Amino acid sequence: MSYEAIVIGVSSGGMKAMKIMFSHLPKGFKTPIIIVQHISAHSDSQWIQLLNGTYTIDIKEADEKEKIENGKVYFAPPNYHLLIEKNKTFSLTIDEPVNYARPSIDVLFESAAEMYKNKLIGIILTGSNSDGTNGIKRIQECGGLTIVQDPKTAEADYMPIAAISAIQPDYILSLEDIIKLLIKLDKQ
Amino acid sequence: MSEFEISSLLQAIYQKYGYDFRQYSEAHIRRRIMNRMSMSGLKDVSQIQSMVLKDETIASQLLQDLSITVTEMFRDSGFYKSLRDYVIPILKTYPFIKIWHAGCATGEEAYSMAIIMQEEGLYDRTTIYATDFNQQALNKAKEGIFSNKMIKEYTINYQLSGGKESLSSYYTSNYGNVIMNQSLKKNIVWANHNLVTDSVFAEVHLILCRNVLIYFEKDLQNKVQKLFYNSLINGGVLCLGSKEGLRFTDFYEEYKDVDKKQKIFKKKYQLANALEG
Ligand SMILES: C[S@@+](CC[C@H](N)C(=O)[O-])C[C@H]1O[C@@H](n2cnc3c(N)ncnc32)[C@H](O)[C@@H]1O
Repeated sequence: MSYEAIVIGVSSGGMKAMKIMFSHLPKGFKTPIIIVQHISAHSDSQWIQLLNGTYTIDIKEADEKEKIENGKVYFAPPNYHLLIEKNKTFSLTIDEPVNYARPSIDVLFESAAEMYKNKLIGIILTGSNSDGTNGIKRIQECGGLTIVQDPKTAEADYMPIAAISAIQPDYILSLEDIIKLLIKLDKQ
Repeated sequence: MSEFEISSLLQAIYQKYGYDFRQYSEAHIRRRIMNRMSMSGLKDVSQIQSMVLKDETIASQLLQDLSITVTEMFRDSGFYKSLRDYVIPILKTYPFIKIWHAGCATGEEAYSMAIIMQEEGLYDRTTIYATDFNQQALNKAKEGIFSNKMIKEYTINYQLSGGKESLSSYYTSNYGNVIMNQSLKKNIVWANHNLVTDSVFAEVHLILCRNVLIYFEKDLQNKVQKLFYNSLINGGVLCLGSKEGLRFTDFYEEYKDVDKKQKIFKKKYQLANALEG
Protein backbone atom coordinates (compact mmCIF):
# COMPACT_ATOMS: atom_id res chain seq x y z
CA MET A 1 0.00 0.00 0.00
CA SER A 2 2.06 2.94 -1.19
CA TYR A 3 -0.91 5.31 -0.80
CA GLU A 4 -2.65 5.96 2.48
CA ALA A 5 -6.05 7.06 1.21
CA ILE A 6 -8.22 7.49 -1.87
CA VAL A 7 -10.63 10.43 -2.19
CA ILE A 8 -13.36 10.38 -4.80
CA GLY A 9 -15.61 13.20 -6.00
CA VAL A 10 -18.73 12.30 -7.91
CA SER A 11 -22.05 13.92 -8.73
CA SER A 12 -24.78 13.08 -11.24
CA GLY A 13 -24.51 9.49 -12.43
CA GLY A 14 -22.58 8.78 -9.28
CA MET A 15 -24.63 6.08 -7.65
CA LYS A 16 -24.34 3.84 -10.67
CA ALA A 17 -20.59 4.40 -10.93
CA MET A 18 -20.06 3.78 -7.23
CA LYS A 19 -22.00 0.53 -7.35
CA ILE A 20 -19.87 -0.70 -10.23
CA MET A 21 -16.75 0.18 -8.28
CA PHE A 22 -17.89 -1.51 -5.05
CA SER A 23 -18.85 -4.69 -6.86
CA HIS A 24 -15.34 -4.95 -8.32
CA LEU A 25 -13.28 -4.20 -5.24
CA PRO A 26 -11.83 -7.48 -3.99
CA LYS A 27 -12.07 -8.73 -0.43
CA GLY A 28 -9.08 -7.43 1.51
CA PHE A 29 -8.82 -4.12 -0.39
CA LYS A 30 -6.96 -2.05 2.16
CA THR A 31 -6.65 1.60 1.17
CA PRO A 32 -9.46 3.60 2.81
CA ILE A 33 -11.79 5.29 0.31
CA ILE A 34 -13.43 8.61 1.21
CA ILE A 35 -16.22 9.83 -1.05
CA VAL A 36 -18.16 13.02 -1.59
CA GLN A 37 -21.29 12.23 -3.55
CA HIS A 38 -23.51 15.27 -4.14
CA ILE A 39 -26.88 14.54 -2.64
CA SER A 40 -29.96 16.41 -1.45
CA ALA A 41 -29.59 18.11 1.92
CA HIS A 42 -32.82 16.48 3.08
CA SER A 43 -31.87 12.90 2.35
CA ASP A 44 -31.21 10.82 5.41
CA SER A 45 -28.41 8.30 5.55
CA GLN A 46 -30.48 5.28 4.68
CA TRP A 47 -28.97 4.84 1.24
CA ILE A 48 -25.58 4.28 2.81
CA GLN A 49 -26.95 1.57 5.07
CA LEU A 50 -28.52 -0.04 2.02
CA LEU A 51 -25.18 -0.09 0.20
CA ASN A 52 -23.43 -1.65 3.15
CA GLY A 53 -24.01 -5.36 3.27
CA THR A 54 -24.47 -5.57 -0.49
CA TYR A 55 -20.72 -5.63 -1.17
CA THR A 56 -17.69 -7.27 0.39
CA ILE A 57 -16.23 -3.96 1.49
CA ASP A 58 -17.44 -2.06 4.61
CA ILE A 59 -19.36 1.08 3.65
CA LYS A 60 -20.42 3.74 6.14
CA GLU A 61 -21.14 7.41 6.71
CA ALA A 62 -18.18 9.34 8.11
CA ASP A 63 -18.82 10.23 11.76
CA GLU A 64 -17.52 13.27 13.52
CA LYS A 65 -14.09 12.50 15.17
CA GLU A 66 -14.09 8.96 13.76
CA LYS A 67 -10.70 7.39 13.07
CA ILE A 68 -10.07 6.53 9.41
CA GLU A 69 -9.41 2.80 9.10
CA ASN A 70 -8.02 0.59 6.39
CA GLY A 71 -10.46 -1.52 4.42
CA LYS A 72 -13.36 0.91 4.77
CA VAL A 73 -15.37 3.16 2.49
CA TYR A 74 -16.67 6.43 3.96
CA PHE A 75 -19.30 8.79 2.55
CA ALA A 76 -19.61 12.43 3.59
CA PRO A 77 -22.99 12.92 5.33
CA PRO A 78 -25.66 14.97 3.53
CA ASN A 79 -25.59 18.70 4.35
CA TYR A 80 -22.14 18.72 6.00
CA HIS A 81 -18.66 19.33 4.63
CA LEU A 82 -16.13 16.63 5.44
CA LEU A 83 -12.57 17.46 6.55
CA ILE A 84 -9.59 15.35 7.57
CA GLU A 85 -7.50 16.09 10.64
CA LYS A 86 -3.81 15.42 11.09
CA ASN A 87 -4.49 12.50 13.44
CA LYS A 88 -6.47 10.87 10.61
CA THR A 89 -9.89 11.50 12.04
CA PHE A 90 -12.87 13.17 10.39
CA SER A 91 -14.30 16.59 11.16
CA LEU A 92 -17.66 17.86 9.95
CA THR A 93 -18.61 21.48 9.36
CA ILE A 94 -21.71 23.32 8.22
CA ASP A 95 -19.89 26.22 6.60
CA GLU A 96 -21.68 27.72 3.61
CA PRO A 97 -22.01 25.52 0.51
CA VAL A 98 -19.05 25.65 -1.88
CA ASN A 99 -19.92 25.53 -5.60
CA TYR A 100 -23.56 25.27 -4.41
CA ALA A 101 -22.63 21.97 -2.81
CA ARG A 102 -22.54 20.74 0.76
CA PRO A 103 -20.76 18.37 1.05
CA SER A 104 -18.34 19.86 -1.44
CA ILE A 105 -15.67 17.86 -3.24
CA ASP A 106 -13.24 20.80 -3.18
CA VAL A 107 -13.48 21.05 0.59
CA LEU A 108 -12.69 17.36 1.15
CA PHE A 109 -9.93 17.25 -1.47
CA GLU A 110 -8.15 20.37 -0.21
CA SER A 111 -8.15 19.14 3.34
CA ALA A 112 -7.05 15.60 2.34
CA ALA A 113 -4.25 17.05 0.20
CA GLU A 114 -2.86 18.97 3.19
CA MET A 115 -3.02 15.91 5.35
CA TYR A 116 -1.83 13.06 3.09
CA LYS A 117 0.43 15.01 0.68
CA ASN A 118 1.97 12.53 -1.79
CA LYS A 119 0.31 9.57 -0.08
CA LEU A 120 -3.07 10.44 -1.56
CA ILE A 121 -4.98 9.38 -4.67
CA GLY A 122 -7.62 11.85 -5.89
CA ILE A 123 -10.28 10.81 -8.38
CA ILE A 124 -12.90 12.83 -10.25
CA LEU A 125 -15.76 10.82 -11.74
CA THR A 126 -18.99 11.59 -13.55
CA GLY A 127 -20.81 14.83 -12.69
CA SER A 128 -22.44 17.91 -14.16
CA ASN A 129 -20.79 20.80 -12.32
CA SER A 130 -17.26 21.93 -11.64
CA ASP A 131 -16.95 21.11 -7.95
CA GLY A 132 -13.71 19.20 -7.39
CA THR A 133 -11.61 21.11 -9.90
CA ASN A 134 -9.81 23.24 -7.31
CA GLY A 135 -9.48 20.24 -5.04
CA ILE A 136 -7.83 17.95 -7.56
CA LYS A 137 -5.48 20.77 -8.45
CA ARG A 138 -4.49 21.07 -4.81
CA ILE A 139 -3.88 17.32 -4.61
CA GLN A 140 -1.51 17.56 -7.55
CA GLU A 141 0.30 20.53 -6.03
CA CYS A 142 0.82 18.53 -2.84
CA GLY A 143 2.29 15.61 -4.75
CA GLY A 144 -0.67 13.23 -4.77
CA LEU A 145 -1.70 10.99 -7.65
CA THR A 146 -4.56 12.37 -9.76
CA ILE A 147 -7.03 10.37 -11.83
CA VAL A 148 -9.94 11.65 -13.90
CA GLN A 149 -12.60 9.55 -15.53
CA ASP A 150 -12.37 9.70 -19.31
CA PRO A 151 -15.18 12.17 -20.18
CA LYS A 152 -16.17 10.02 -23.15
CA THR A 153 -17.04 7.20 -20.78
CA ALA A 154 -18.68 9.28 -18.05
CA GLU A 155 -22.45 9.49 -17.73
CA ALA A 156 -22.08 13.25 -17.19
CA ASP A 157 -18.89 14.66 -18.69
CA TYR A 158 -18.90 18.22 -17.30
CA MET A 159 -17.01 17.51 -14.10
CA PRO A 160 -14.22 15.40 -15.67
CA ILE A 161 -13.81 17.96 -18.47
CA ALA A 162 -13.55 20.79 -15.93
CA ALA A 163 -10.87 18.87 -14.02
CA ILE A 164 -8.86 18.07 -17.15
CA SER A 165 -8.94 21.67 -18.30
CA ALA A 166 -7.43 22.78 -14.98
CA ILE A 167 -4.68 20.19 -14.59
CA GLN A 168 -2.89 17.49 -16.47
CA PRO A 169 -3.94 14.45 -14.45
CA ASP A 170 -1.66 11.45 -14.07
CA TYR A 171 -4.33 9.23 -15.60
CA ILE A 172 -7.44 9.71 -17.72
CA LEU A 173 -9.21 6.35 -17.75
CA SER A 174 -12.54 4.62 -18.04
CA LEU A 175 -14.17 3.57 -14.78
CA GLU A 176 -13.19 -0.07 -15.36
CA ASP A 177 -9.54 0.86 -15.85
CA ILE A 178 -9.57 3.13 -12.83
CA ILE A 179 -10.74 0.19 -10.73
CA LYS A 180 -7.99 -2.05 -12.14
CA LEU A 181 -5.39 0.60 -11.39
CA LEU A 182 -6.62 1.03 -7.82
CA ILE A 183 -6.44 -2.70 -7.21
CA LYS A 184 -2.88 -2.77 -8.52
CA LEU A 185 -1.82 0.23 -6.43
CA ASP A 186 -3.45 -1.24 -3.33
CA LYS A 187 -1.20 -4.30 -3.59
CA GLN A 188 2.04 -2.35 -3.93
CA MET B 1 1.04 26.31 6.21
CA SER B 2 2.52 24.32 9.09
CA GLU B 3 0.89 23.28 12.35
CA PHE B 4 3.34 25.49 14.14
CA GLU B 5 2.37 28.57 12.13
CA ILE B 6 -1.29 27.96 12.84
CA SER B 7 -0.81 27.50 16.55
CA SER B 8 1.36 30.56 16.79
CA LEU B 9 -1.33 32.64 15.04
CA LEU B 10 -4.01 31.27 17.38
CA GLN B 11 -1.80 31.98 20.37
CA ALA B 12 -1.36 35.56 19.19
CA ILE B 13 -5.12 36.03 18.71
CA TYR B 14 -5.77 34.65 22.18
CA GLN B 15 -3.23 36.90 23.86
CA LYS B 16 -4.29 40.04 22.09
CA TYR B 17 -8.07 39.59 21.86
CA GLY B 18 -8.96 36.89 24.39
CA TYR B 19 -10.65 34.61 21.84
CA ASP B 20 -9.41 31.09 22.34
CA PHE B 21 -9.43 28.96 19.18
CA ARG B 22 -6.49 26.83 20.25
CA GLN B 23 -8.56 23.69 20.70
CA TYR B 24 -10.76 24.04 17.65
CA SER B 25 -10.57 21.48 14.86
CA GLU B 26 -7.33 22.24 13.05
CA ALA B 27 -8.60 21.25 9.63
CA HIS B 28 -11.44 23.76 10.03
CA ILE B 29 -9.15 26.56 11.26
CA ARG B 30 -6.65 25.87 8.46
CA ARG B 31 -9.36 26.06 5.83
CA ARG B 32 -10.73 29.35 7.12
CA ILE B 33 -7.28 30.95 7.42
CA MET B 34 -6.37 29.88 3.88
CA ASN B 35 -9.65 31.36 2.61
CA ARG B 36 -8.99 34.64 4.37
CA MET B 37 -5.42 34.75 3.02
CA SER B 38 -6.51 34.16 -0.54
CA MET B 39 -9.32 36.73 -0.26
CA SER B 40 -6.94 39.34 1.14
CA GLY B 41 -4.17 38.43 -1.30
CA LEU B 42 -1.77 37.35 1.42
CA LYS B 43 1.00 34.85 0.75
CA ASP B 44 2.00 33.50 4.13
CA VAL B 45 0.80 33.15 7.67
CA SER B 46 3.39 35.41 9.23
CA GLN B 47 1.93 38.22 7.11
CA ILE B 48 -1.60 37.59 8.33
CA GLN B 49 -0.33 37.26 11.88
CA SER B 50 1.28 40.68 11.92
CA MET B 51 -1.76 42.22 10.23
CA VAL B 52 -4.18 40.66 12.66
CA LEU B 53 -2.20 42.08 15.55
CA LYS B 54 -2.00 45.57 14.06
CA ASP B 55 -5.34 45.97 12.33
CA GLU B 56 -8.57 45.41 14.26
CA THR B 57 -10.72 45.22 11.14
CA ILE B 58 -8.72 42.29 9.79
CA ALA B 59 -8.83 40.71 13.21
CA SER B 60 -12.59 41.02 13.38
CA GLN B 61 -12.89 39.65 9.84
CA LEU B 62 -10.86 36.64 10.84
CA LEU B 63 -13.00 36.14 13.93
CA GLN B 64 -16.05 36.12 11.65
CA ASP B 65 -14.31 33.57 9.45
CA LEU B 66 -13.48 31.27 12.32
CA SER B 67 -16.91 31.47 13.90
CA ILE B 68 -19.25 29.94 11.36
CA THR B 69 -22.64 31.56 11.80
CA VAL B 70 -24.49 29.58 9.14
CA THR B 71 -27.92 28.66 10.50
CA GLU B 72 -31.59 28.14 9.55
CA MET B 73 -35.07 28.27 11.03
CA PHE B 74 -36.32 24.80 11.93
CA ARG B 75 -33.15 23.20 10.58
CA ASP B 76 -33.65 19.42 10.66
CA SER B 77 -37.44 19.31 10.80
CA GLY B 78 -37.29 15.80 12.30
CA PHE B 79 -35.51 17.22 15.30
CA TYR B 80 -38.17 19.87 15.95
CA LYS B 81 -40.91 17.29 15.50
CA SER B 82 -39.30 15.17 18.17
CA LEU B 83 -38.88 18.23 20.37
CA ARG B 84 -42.63 18.84 20.18
CA ASP B 85 -43.49 15.20 20.79
CA TYR B 86 -41.09 14.31 23.60
CA VAL B 87 -39.60 17.44 25.16
CA ILE B 88 -42.60 19.75 25.35
CA PRO B 89 -44.51 17.30 27.61
CA ILE B 90 -41.55 17.39 30.01
CA LEU B 91 -41.38 21.19 29.96
CA LYS B 92 -45.13 21.47 30.59
CA THR B 93 -44.63 20.08 34.07
CA TYR B 94 -42.62 23.14 35.21
CA PRO B 95 -44.23 26.36 36.49
CA PHE B 96 -41.62 28.41 34.66
CA ILE B 97 -39.22 27.29 31.95
CA LYS B 98 -35.67 28.35 31.18
CA ILE B 99 -34.09 27.45 27.85
CA TRP B 100 -30.50 28.07 26.77
CA HIS B 101 -29.47 28.23 23.12
CA ALA B 102 -25.67 28.03 23.23
CA GLY B 103 -24.13 29.20 19.95
CA CYS B 104 -27.34 30.77 18.64
CA ALA B 105 -25.58 32.53 15.73
CA THR B 106 -28.01 35.00 14.09
CA GLY B 107 -30.96 33.74 16.11
CA GLU B 108 -33.08 31.70 13.69
CA GLU B 109 -33.01 28.74 16.06
CA ALA B 110 -34.15 30.80 19.06
CA TYR B 111 -37.02 32.30 17.04
CA SER B 112 -38.03 28.80 15.98
CA MET B 113 -38.15 27.80 19.63
CA ALA B 114 -40.19 30.86 20.57
CA ILE B 115 -42.72 29.91 17.88
CA ILE B 116 -43.05 26.39 19.25
CA MET B 117 -43.46 27.61 22.82
CA GLN B 118 -46.16 30.02 21.68
CA GLU B 119 -48.02 27.31 19.83
CA GLU B 120 -47.81 25.05 22.85
CA GLY B 121 -49.18 27.79 25.09
CA LEU B 122 -46.01 27.92 27.17
CA TYR B 123 -44.30 31.04 26.01
CA ASP B 124 -45.59 33.32 28.76
CA ARG B 125 -43.78 31.30 31.38
CA THR B 126 -40.63 30.79 29.33
CA THR B 127 -37.31 32.64 29.22
CA ILE B 128 -34.99 31.87 26.32
CA TYR B 129 -31.34 32.72 26.86
CA ALA B 130 -29.72 32.88 23.44
CA THR B 131 -25.96 33.24 23.60
CA ASP B 132 -23.02 33.43 21.24
CA PHE B 133 -19.51 34.85 21.39
CA ASN B 134 -19.96 36.60 18.07
CA GLN B 135 -21.36 40.05 18.86
CA GLN B 136 -22.04 40.86 15.22
CA ALA B 137 -24.24 37.77 14.92
CA LEU B 138 -26.00 38.61 18.19
CA ASN B 139 -26.79 42.12 16.98
CA LYS B 140 -28.41 40.67 13.90
CA ALA B 141 -30.31 38.18 16.01
CA LYS B 142 -31.66 40.92 18.23
CA GLU B 143 -32.92 42.85 15.21
CA GLY B 144 -34.73 39.77 13.96
CA ILE B 145 -34.61 40.85 10.32
CA PHE B 146 -33.76 38.10 7.86
CA SER B 147 -33.50 37.93 4.11
CA ASN B 148 -36.59 36.37 2.56
CA LYS B 149 -34.45 34.26 0.21
CA MET B 150 -34.57 31.33 2.59
CA ILE B 151 -38.16 31.74 3.73
CA LYS B 152 -39.55 29.15 1.35
CA GLU B 153 -37.13 26.58 2.73
CA TYR B 154 -37.99 27.62 6.31
CA THR B 155 -41.70 27.31 5.58
CA ILE B 156 -41.23 23.74 4.41
CA ASN B 157 -39.07 22.98 7.45
CA TYR B 158 -41.72 24.50 9.72
CA GLN B 159 -44.53 22.48 8.20
CA LEU B 160 -42.56 19.24 8.32
CA SER B 161 -41.75 19.90 11.97
CA GLY B 162 -45.42 19.88 12.92
CA GLY B 163 -46.11 23.63 12.76
CA LYS B 164 -49.69 24.50 13.68
CA GLU B 165 -50.11 27.86 11.96
CA SER B 166 -48.65 29.38 8.85
CA LEU B 167 -45.06 30.55 9.30
CA SER B 168 -45.99 33.85 7.66
CA SER B 169 -48.12 34.73 10.68
CA TYR B 170 -44.90 35.18 12.66
CA TYR B 171 -43.28 37.87 10.54
CA THR B 172 -44.03 40.83 8.30
CA SER B 173 -42.43 41.19 4.89
CA ASN B 174 -40.57 44.30 3.98
CA TYR B 175 -38.44 44.96 0.88
CA GLY B 176 -36.95 41.51 0.48
CA ASN B 177 -36.69 40.99 4.22
CA VAL B 178 -38.85 39.46 6.87
CA ILE B 179 -39.17 41.05 10.30
CA MET B 180 -39.93 38.71 13.17
CA ASN B 181 -42.91 39.62 15.36
CA GLN B 182 -42.31 41.58 18.52
CA SER B 183 -44.32 39.02 20.48
CA LEU B 184 -41.64 36.40 19.73
CA LYS B 185 -38.85 38.64 20.96
CA LYS B 186 -40.31 39.55 24.29
CA ASN B 187 -38.97 36.59 26.30
CA ILE B 188 -35.67 36.11 24.53
CA VAL B 189 -32.57 37.40 26.33
CA TRP B 190 -29.61 37.80 23.97
CA ALA B 191 -26.22 37.64 25.64
CA ASN B 192 -22.57 37.43 24.77
CA HIS B 193 -21.14 34.24 26.23
CA ASN B 194 -18.03 32.31 25.27
CA LEU B 195 -18.36 28.58 25.82
CA VAL B 196 -14.60 28.15 26.06
CA THR B 197 -13.72 30.88 28.51
CA ASP B 198 -16.94 31.81 30.39
CA SER B 199 -18.68 29.83 33.11
CA VAL B 200 -22.20 28.73 34.05
CA PHE B 201 -24.59 31.66 34.13
CA ALA B 202 -28.00 30.12 34.80
CA GLU B 203 -29.72 26.93 35.81
CA VAL B 204 -31.93 25.80 32.96
CA HIS B 205 -34.45 23.11 31.99
CA LEU B 206 -33.38 22.73 28.38
CA ILE B 207 -30.12 23.34 26.52
CA LEU B 208 -29.77 23.39 22.76
CA CYS B 209 -26.24 23.45 21.42
CA ARG B 210 -26.42 22.39 17.82
CA ASN B 211 -23.59 22.39 15.30
CA VAL B 212 -21.18 24.20 17.57
CA LEU B 213 -19.27 21.33 19.16
CA ILE B 214 -18.39 19.78 15.79
CA TYR B 215 -15.81 22.56 15.53
CA PHE B 216 -14.17 21.61 18.83
CA GLU B 217 -11.53 18.99 19.56
CA LYS B 218 -12.45 16.19 21.94
CA ASP B 219 -10.99 17.71 25.12
CA LEU B 220 -12.75 20.98 24.52
CA GLN B 221 -16.02 19.20 23.80
CA ASN B 222 -15.65 17.49 27.11
CA LYS B 223 -15.03 20.73 28.93
CA VAL B 224 -18.13 22.32 27.40
CA GLN B 225 -20.21 19.25 28.22
CA LYS B 226 -19.22 19.73 31.84
CA LEU B 227 -20.53 23.28 31.66
CA PHE B 228 -23.82 22.02 30.24
CA TYR B 229 -24.11 19.30 32.82
CA ASN B 230 -23.67 21.83 35.59
CA SER B 231 -26.22 24.18 34.04
CA LEU B 232 -29.02 21.63 33.68
CA ILE B 233 -31.44 20.83 36.46
CA ASN B 234 -31.92 17.16 37.29
CA GLY B 235 -34.10 15.67 34.58
CA GLY B 236 -33.23 18.56 32.26
CA VAL B 237 -32.88 18.00 28.53
CA LEU B 238 -29.84 18.45 26.27
CA CYS B 239 -30.17 18.71 22.46
CA LEU B 240 -27.14 18.40 20.19
CA GLY B 241 -26.76 18.64 16.41
CA SER B 242 -27.75 15.64 14.32
CA LYS B 243 -24.12 14.55 13.81
CA GLU B 244 -22.99 15.20 17.37
CA GLY B 245 -23.04 12.97 20.43
CA LEU B 246 -21.85 12.30 23.94
CA ARG B 247 -20.02 9.07 23.25
CA PHE B 248 -16.52 10.55 23.41
CA THR B 249 -17.20 12.58 26.54
CA ASP B 250 -17.22 11.81 30.26
CA PHE B 251 -20.96 12.42 30.38
CA TYR B 252 -22.22 9.57 28.25
CA GLU B 253 -23.48 7.66 31.29
CA GLU B 254 -25.05 10.72 32.88
CA TYR B 255 -27.90 11.01 30.38
CA LYS B 256 -30.70 8.81 29.08
CA ASP B 257 -31.70 8.84 25.43
CA VAL B 258 -34.94 10.67 24.70
CA ASP B 259 -34.50 10.33 20.95
CA LYS B 260 -31.27 8.66 19.88
CA LYS B 261 -31.49 9.65 16.24
CA GLN B 262 -32.27 13.30 16.94
CA LYS B 263 -29.62 13.52 19.68
CA ILE B 264 -31.96 14.47 22.50
CA PHE B 265 -30.79 13.44 25.99
CA LYS B 266 -32.24 13.70 29.48
CA LYS B 267 -30.02 14.27 32.48
CA LYS B 268 -30.31 11.44 35.00
CA TYR B 269 -31.22 12.27 38.55
CA GLN B 270 -28.17 12.43 40.77
CA LEU B 271 -28.58 10.03 43.64
CA ALA B 272 -26.96 12.30 46.23
CA ASN B 273 -29.31 15.14 45.44
CA ALA B 274 -32.29 12.86 45.34
CA LEU B 275 -31.52 11.60 48.82
CA GLU B 276 -30.93 15.03 50.25
CA GLY B 277 -34.05 16.36 48.61
C1 LIG C 1 -22.81 26.84 12.81
S1 LIG C 1 -23.44 27.92 14.01
C2 LIG C 1 -24.77 26.99 14.68
C3 LIG C 1 -26.03 27.80 14.77
C4 LIG C 1 -27.25 27.06 15.26
N1 LIG C 1 -27.07 26.50 16.57
C5 LIG C 1 -27.66 25.98 14.27
O1 LIG C 1 -27.42 24.80 14.51
O2 LIG C 1 -28.22 26.32 13.24
C6 LIG C 1 -22.16 27.88 15.21
C7 LIG C 1 -22.19 29.06 16.18
O3 LIG C 1 -21.37 28.77 17.30
C8 LIG C 1 -20.75 29.97 17.72
N2 LIG C 1 -19.56 29.63 18.51
C9 LIG C 1 -18.41 29.07 18.11
N3 LIG C 1 -17.54 29.00 19.13
C10 LIG C 1 -18.17 29.53 20.21
C11 LIG C 1 -17.79 29.75 21.55
N4 LIG C 1 -16.56 29.43 21.99
N5 LIG C 1 -18.68 30.31 22.40
C12 LIG C 1 -19.91 30.66 21.97
N6 LIG C 1 -20.33 30.49 20.70
C13 LIG C 1 -19.46 29.93 19.84
C14 LIG C 1 -20.44 30.66 16.42
O4 LIG C 1 -20.24 32.05 16.61
C15 LIG C 1 -21.66 30.35 15.58
O5 LIG C 1 -22.60 31.36 15.67
